[in-house]
Amino acid sequence: MSRHRELGLTDYEYDLIVEKMGREPNEVELAVFSLMWSEHCGYKHSRPLLKTLPTEGPRLVMGPGENAGAVDVGNGLSCAFKVESHNHPSAVEPFQGAATGVGGILRDIFAIGARPIAILDSLRFGEVGESARSRYLLEHAVAGIGHYGNSIGIATVGGEIYFEGPYETNCLVNAMAVGLIETDELIKSAAAGVGNVVVLFGARTGRDGIGGASVLASAELDVDMEKRPTVQIGDPFEEKKLLECSLELLDRKLLVALQDLGAAGLTSSSAEMAAKGEVGLDLHVRRVPLREQDMEAFEIMISESQERMLCVVEPERVQEVLDVCAKWEVNATAIGEVTDTRRLRVFDGDELVGDLPVEALVDECPTYELEPAEPATPIYPVPPRLLDSEDPAEILLALLGSANLASRTPVFEQYDALVGSRTVRRPEQADAAVLLLPDPKHDDRLTALSPSKDDDGPKPAIAVSIDGNGRRVAADPYRGAVEAVLECSANLACVGAEPLGLTNCLNFGNPEKPHIAWQFSRAIAGLGDACRAFGIPVVGGNVSLYNEGSEGPIYPTPVVGLVGELPDARRSGRLAFQNAGDVIAIVSADSWAPSNAASELSKLRGEAVEGPLPAVDLGELKALHAAIRQAVRAGSLSSAHDVAEGGVAVALAESAIHSGLGATVGRLDDLFGEGPGAFIVTGPADAITAFGAAATVIGEVGGDALIIEGAISLPVADLERAFSGGLADLLH
Amino acid sequence: MPRGGNRGVKFGVVRFPGTCDEVDAYLAASRVGDAEILWHADADLKGVDAVIVPGGFSYGDHLRVGAVARFAPVMAEVETFAADGGLVLGICNGFQVLCEAGLLPGALLPNTSLKFTCRQVDLEVVNASTSWTNVTAVGDVLSIPAKHTTGRYYAPDATLDELEANGQVVLKYAPGHNFNGSVRDIAGVSNAAGNVVGLMPHPEHAVDPLTGSADGLKLFASAAAVPA
Repeated sequence: MSRHRELGLTDYEYDLIVEKMGREPNEVELAVFSLMWSEHCGYKHSRPLLKTLPTEGPRLVMGPGENAGAVDVGNGLSCAFKVESHNHPSAVEPFQGAATGVGGILRDIFAIGARPIAILDSLRFGEVGESARSRYLLEHAVAGIGHYGNSIGIATVGGEIYFEGPYETNCLVNAMAVGLIETDELIKSAAAGVGNVVVLFGARTGRDGIGGASVLASAELDVDMEKRPTVQIGDPFEEKKLLECSLELLDRKLLVALQDLGAAGLTSSSAEMAAKGEVGLDLHVRRVPLREQDMEAFEIMISESQERMLCVVEPERVQEVLDVCAKWEVNATAIGEVTDTRRLRVFDGDELVGDLPVEALVDECPTYELEPAEPATPIYPVPPRLLDSEDPAEILLALLGSANLASRTPVFEQYDALVGSRTVRRPEQADAAVLLLPDPKHDDRLTALSPSKDDDGPKPAIAVSIDGNGRRVAADPYRGAVEAVLECSANLACVGAEPLGLTNCLNFGNPEKPHIAWQFSRAIAGLGDACRAFGIPVVGGNVSLYNEGSEGPIYPTPVVGLVGELPDARRSGRLAFQNAGDVIAIVSADSWAPSNAASELSKLRGEAVEGPLPAVDLGELKALHAAIRQAVRAGSLSSAHDVAEGGVAVALAESAIHSGLGATVGRLDDLFGEGPGAFIVTGPADAITAFGAAATVIGEVGGDALIIEGAISLPVADLERAFSGGLADLLH
Repeated sequence: MPRGGNRGVKFGVVRFPGTCDEVDAYLAASRVGDAEILWHADADLKGVDAVIVPGGFSYGDHLRVGAVARFAPVMAEVETFAADGGLVLGICNGFQVLCEAGLLPGALLPNTSLKFTCRQVDLEVVNASTSWTNVTAVGDVLSIPAKHTTGRYYAPDATLDELEANGQVVLKYAPGHNFNGSVRDIAGVSNAAGNVVGLMPHPEHAVDPLTGSADGLKLFASAAAVPA
């Protein structure tokens, strides 16, 4: 096989490279092109579709194209956030794959100068009850996330996990990070200033992760292949030093530009810095500190060794930069200069070993029009039938104990959710995490981004949530993707937060196949329409394609992360019932039409994954979310919880389980149907009246059992047992 | 509960490479007094009245938890300070460091689950006369989060008997709350003089009801209440 095909380039792409170079590329140049023109770096199958997503909003500070997006959260502060995948490395080596996924997304946040304050994750595995491999992947991925996040001291405050057969070979590990920065301190990655010095700082460069972006991320996963050498190894201690060092360098205003080294390492970071700044860079690979002394020039250029950053510094400030790095025990080396050539030139000693046009590398990667076609026959196998009962009580217990709905405590307990002292709502206390914002303009540098210690007065906060349900997108790609945005927004509404910006990670199969192209394009249309209807800009994200193996594609899984604001964290909503005697109501849209299509119940009953999902009126739902948000902010409700997987019965059970309080509820039309547009709220009767016709009173909090007239009567202790044992028992 | 303003007590919070909870400890201490950060490489306590060795992963904990930090230049000063009766609190990794340094008895072993666990726990005050518990009463229950992989307190039985006889067991996990397997439910201990205390749970994360509990503030307030 020819060398360019081994590196993942087509003959057409190779010819195009020769044309742009005006000659045949040498080994270094071909390696660089193969990475920059991979799907992972070049977005060649997704760029045209991504351009259809809305990216404008009144609170937008930094949109797609930088290391992370950012929105204005008031008082001169911005919140930076981004979600990214690390699916294939995690399928090959789950601990390091997940750990470096967290490390990479954190670097994206501090690369724009923001201090990371929170991590969320979105995970998908095969059926954990049946598959030892899935249990292994889950346990090691969770341990990897915890290892990195806990050790670096950034709170993991939320996330989601689903188990579905189509993720058996190809698990998904998506990590989201959130950070804070004073808006006028944001730094960009564009290299500038001819003659300025390029400094590489952080860990030494080794052979780990070579070819990760092209060989691992931009091709279908073949588990028989030995891909472990393409997985990077993470060291949270190195990153902790790198984080504090980077923030001190920025605080001292020593940097012209900053960029992290992620996929494709030095290659992509330098090319992107040069492209954004419309300059050239000369890099000297022999100056790069190495772990192994015999590395070749191309290996140094494409190594994906973790915990490294690249910055541009004025020559007279270089010594100060090196001094700050030395203080933090971080390696720092001047490895190049900014030039006016608009070429990326690579020197090995005195020898010029690569001479590449920057625009061709970054901006002229060919893009491909997808050829979508709706599949004529079902793509996904019908799940096995696990439940025969028609008894609502038995169904409820089966749902609560199912791997997808059971308590996530065995997982969340492995994460530090508290470091930073800003976590007002922890996992399972509310539908979204709530994080305190700092005092505006604190004089003390150490506490500039820390929560206020003033106990009086309003406490501004942000809320964050991450959501996506692959089975529903598989059943109906457009409406399933719309639902991902609605679910995230509903979660924010339940704590009283208004969405400001959205990030996404689009996990799909091989887009060169028409049915995957169809899923992908329909899902992006759904995301775009939902964001436009809700006025939420997409501030950035990540695309992960080729998620399939010999057994077929994963469920199409767009994962969305939302950041919202709430004026006073003292009134953050909770999902647990609070007071016996409170009235329980369903607050729903007129268009709410729950059904069993692609529901958790349909899965337990072994029904095919098929739509259509219920239609929604986005305008009506926007108003409904606003009504819930206002009621929570007013402090008039005791609890708020959206109706999601498992329908109304599961939502009621969850509010009961987390409080220990029971409820008596009248006859309900639909117990387990799913579809966006309903909330369970509790509070005094007059708080419910304020919703007008949208609210239907269905019962009252109290007692120690959940009683639904004519259907269910179960002690809360029994519900709790099913719920807490569901996942824990599978893991041990 | 004292809060805000300068009560005349100055806390120093040690920062090693890899420390994670120093800003939390700084914020907690500054609710009852002044606080500043002490850099690990400086053999200088800057004249503080009380030292906090906070949580995190000092030097990455690559060797054994707390084993490297005890050799930091600042720790030599902390040892002298403690020997002279200075107030020292070790939290989580700080507790591990103080045990490694010999300032506190016993050792911390991996949790019986071998997993990192983050959980809100109830602690019972066993000794309310140490420098870090004097505003509490024996039998008080404090709700404070714990989060660690290596927090199972261990000492030989003879040592434990002696610690209990001397009142050096300061805090115990309430029944049902000892998740890490600590011997005799011990969550925190002191030296014989009661000026040096270490505990695995994190009082600095429990100083505001909004984030779960303010019970942890009592430890900082205790140090602030000790006459100079």
